Amino acid sequence: MSGIVAIDCHIPFYRISKKAIFDAWGWFDSSKVGSAKGELAFANYDEDSLTMGVNAALSCLGRLNSKSIDRLYFATATSPYVEPKNTAIMSAALDLNEDVVSVDMGGLISSSSALIAANDAVESGLSKMTLVCSADKRNAKPADGLEYLFGHAAFAMVVGENDTIADIEHVFSYSGGFLGYRRTQEDEYPKSWEERWIRDEGYLNHIVKSVNKTVEKMGVSLSDFSKVIYACPDKRTYSAIAKKLRISSEQLEDPLLDKIGYTGNPHTFVMLENALRKAKPNDKIMLVNFSSGVDIVTFDVTERIDKNRLPDIDKLLDTKQIIDNYTKFANLCGKIEQEKGPRGEVAKSAVSVLWRERKTILGLYGSKCKKCGTKVYPPQHVCINPSCGAIDEMEDYRFAEDTGKLFTYTVDNLAFEHNPPAMYGIVDFDNGGRYWFDITDCSPEELRVGMPVKMSFRKKFYDKPRGLYGYFWKAVPIR
Amino acid sequence: MSEGIKDKVAIIGMGCTKFGERWDKSEEDLIIEAYTEALDDAGIEPRDIDAAWFGSCFDEINVGKSSLPLATTLKLGFKPVTRVENFCATGTEAFRGACYAVASGACDIAIAVGAEKLKDTGFGGLPEFSSVLGTKNRFIFPNITAPGAFAMLATAYFEKYGLSYEEGKSILAKVSVKSHKNGLLNKKAHLRKEITVDDVLKAPIIASPLGLFDCSGVSDGAAVAIITRADIAKEYTKNPIFVKALQISVSDGAEYMHNKWDGTTIPTTVNAAKRAYVEAGIKNPRSEIDLMELHDCFSITELVTYEDLGISERGRAGEDVESGFFDLDGKIPSQTDGGLKCFGHPIAASGLRMIYEVYKQLQGKAGKRQVKNAHVGLTHNIGGFPAMSITSVAIFGND
Repeated sequence: MSGIVAIDCHIPFYRISKKAIFDAWGWFDSSKVGSAKGELAFANYDEDSLTMGVNAALSCLGRLNSKSIDRLYFATATSPYVEPKNTAIMSAALDLNEDVVSVDMGGLISSSSALIAANDAVESGLSKMTLVCSADKRNAKPADGLEYLFGHAAFAMVVGENDTIADIEHVFSYSGGFLGYRRTQEDEYPKSWEERWIRDEGYLNHIVKSVNKTVEKMGVSLSDFSKVIYACPDKRTYSAIAKKLRISSEQLEDPLLDKIGYTGNPHTFVMLENALRKAKPNDKIMLVNFSSGVDIVTFDVTERIDKNRLPDIDKLLDTKQIIDNYTKFANLCGKIEQEKGPRGEVAKSAVSVLWRERKTILGLYGSKCKKCGTKVYPPQHVCINPSCGAIDEMEDYRFAEDTGKLFTYTVDNLAFEHNPPAMYGIVDFDNGGRYWFDITDCSPEELRVGMPVKMSFRKKFYDKPRGLYGYFWKAVPIR
Repeated sequence: MSEGIKDKVAIIGMGCTKFGERWDKSEEDLIIEAYTEALDDAGIEPRDIDAAWFGSCFDEINVGKSSLPLATTLKLGFKPVTRVENFCATGTEAFRGACYAVASGACDIAIAVGAEKLKDTGFGGLPEFSSVLGTKNRFIFPNITAPGAFAMLATAYFEKYGLSYEEGKSILAKVSVKSHKNGLLNKKAHLRKEITVDDVLKAPIIASPLGLFDCSGVSDGAAVAIITRADIAKEYTKNPIFVKALQISVSDGAEYMHNKWDGTTIPTTVNAAKRAYVEAGIKNPRSEIDLMELHDCFSITELVTYEDLGISERGRAGEDVESGFFDLDGKIPSQTDGGLKCFGHPIAASGLRMIYEVYKQLQGKAGKRQVKNAHVGLTHNIGGFPAMSITSVAIFGND
């Protein structure tokens, strides 16, 4: 039997109020006035699917040893890299074993495919612990109705044999070949078709049909499930499906459309986490994922369910900064580019340096002196402790999971920063060690000496001429 | 400690251009402007020069690397020319090279040249550091600028001494007001305008808590020193200025990588000063030094340096600033030429510009800015950031 050992998600700090989108585009398409309520979660400029996935996985791994993971499946429709594998970078950032089987999965929806593959691997005994990770940073074209719908998020889940909080009972897949939203490799934004086509023939019919088929195959009744989780592009279809399937309101989970928007691959899993927090032992949960076909996974909640082992989604949803400025939203999402001036030019990155120093840069590995125990980042040959000075007596030490406190800082208006003002400071790690970091997802007013911070994996720069993302770690406030 | 170079070398001539936005002058124009002034001052001919040290910092993205830009400008007839670079401490490094050459007996006359054409880099403020901090650091250093790096010194200083933002800002403002007063008296200074504390407090913030008037000018300029053996210096001039101490200290990274540093001091200044005082035989700097030219790239740097040099007590430099201790008519006049703040900061020229002012003061040739009875002067030149710095402290005397 395989099941969920741990699960967590990453919701970006920023929210755009949908009203701000309507304020920007209502002159062009006033019919969207009804969509202009609630908020969408959107990623900061220094986040992409890969970084959000890493941050979700870091939270998810928490008390687990990352070295016990033997597989990494990453599912996204918005891969930062087409070449090489995104999981190669994620493995280094997450400090997974070098012999981990890592797989990039693409398309919408591939998150449930990743879960199904993980289940296969664990069930067959090929894997003890598979890390399933999924993220999307899907953007809609300015003034497209989808702009009121798309949000960004990530989730991560450890699938394993032992110590599960919910076991995977059944897995079903129905490949329908439905053409709803489409995006080719050349497209920046998804293309749609008549809304009714996607809504009625797509979501409604496909979900209803496959759920009915599933309960029939399982020989159970849908009312046996404490939760039935599915996502829809709008609340009306969501309710219509519930009505058709006679799903009670207690069995429904908040679709989060007005809180974070529809986040693509990770969406139903964020809803699943919310459901698990409220679950009791022996509850049955059904997860339904639709895009061109339907994946259905059913779970049996175990005795080990304990909400202390689960993230507080409400807190994650409440940790936010609402942006009322459409231009800022569109820019941070990458839809409008600003003139960056000479300070915004990116100097040439040495790809060979990034490869050689990948453990330092991507893994945030420093060193610890075997003689005196002093920790230092980046790794050194000579101990930084003036009363030690030992040469080549170092062992590796990873700082990524360590928390720290801001020892000094500034808010810099001169530095080029995509999302100004630039903030950086010197962090004293609680377990020893000190280094200076950029600070992100933070308001200047929040900064103070002694502010608790944690490390977040981010895109420090994008060296476009060299086709290289400068991934590194930044400090974010612990809220 | 080794015996040092006290009284082994002397300056016999100096030149310094007007600093500023010298759009119509090339680096060669500036070098020649300072060089000819220095030659006239020393009364020597180019053929008398045995070797040259050339300091340039950001010129790697401007006139180019190596000693060739200076050699081809001066045409010293295939004599040795060495280029040095140590961030903002470059000027003093060029001077150090020339002094060591003379002190060792390798040369009788050596010159140190520092020049910078910042206004050809296309940036307001210093150029981006991302291209000069090394390929690895680009991946792992924060998005740092000079004002931001020094602003962190102010944040930590305010915190440690319990100063509110307003209290801290107001102390720093007085540091800048004093330098502007001096700069007004200096025809070669870049910024010549008297300012008030209120002007400083109301100026736009560059990197909090530092505002526009907490920052030095970004300028073009060049400066030249001609050095010879102390025992023959009087053959060239009746008032040579003697090098009493010349020390440099370089950070090993402990400030930003080790938890001991409290962020309110620049350790390299403390180290260089300690050694310089021993070399010069100074026991009590507060009573033995007559004037100082400090590396006031930012107001907070100057404040902290008063403490790091042992002039003011820890946490109490503000009191000395308030009492006028460092004013032109104070006990130890500082930044008598306006400092980096107003004279301007063409990186590689700055260290030599500081020496130029001390040299003129000790010769009694500083005009309206002349400090009375000046016998011992100190220059202090920092490169890098408070968290990773290169600092030189030099002491000069007129007897």
